[in-house]
Amino acid sequence: MASDNPAQATIAKTIADNDVVLFMKGTKQFPQCGFSATAAKILEQLGVPFKDVDVLADQGVREGIKTFSNWPTIPQLYVKGEFVGGCDIIREMYAAGELHDLICEKGIPHAHHHG
Amino acid sequence: MAMPAAEIERLIKATFPDARIELRDLAGDNDHWAAHVVSSAFKGKSRIQQHQMIYEALGGRVGGALHALQLTTALPAD
Repeated sequence: MASDNPAQATIAKTIADNDVVLFMKGTKQFPQCGFSATAAKILEQLGVPFKDVDVLADQGVREGIKTFSNWPTIPQLYVKGEFVGGCDIIREMYAAGELHDLICEKGIPHAHHHG
Repeated sequence: MAMPAAEIERLIKATFPDARIELRDLAGDNDHWAAHVVSSAFKGKSRIQQHQMIYEALGGRVGGALHALQLTTALPAD
């Protein structure tokens, strides 16, 4: 997690400044990849406000996030500065109710209705 | 670019000899795979670490030569 590179510093600042960040291909309105679309949709289902970072708009961030997280693929979800996982983990956690639990535990306001 | 099932299995087994691997070709193009990997090596590891272990076993091919790998991991039920 070297910060001598501007992309790494940008990534670190983005996840420090936003409770929930999704690094994705495209934007939440216009996802450019099915996996990114799935991840964004799940966060919307939970009613969690999140910052979407379009990695296609910045090649430095696109490559930088892979080393930053030691994770080879996009999307990537960060909650309170902590790496949660990629599309498969997000999907698995959502199905098990664990993603909702995490959002609650971290005290993030969200519009999901319990029960 | 594509990667046949046998090659994916070989690479995972090279690192995790006890692994049970189920592969599904999602798009019929040898390029979009779903893998379910069961190994005792995952014991005590977080889900993120388990996935990172598989990505490492595949030697940086995920996201490159191996375009899409839908991954789930589990410990053997015993």
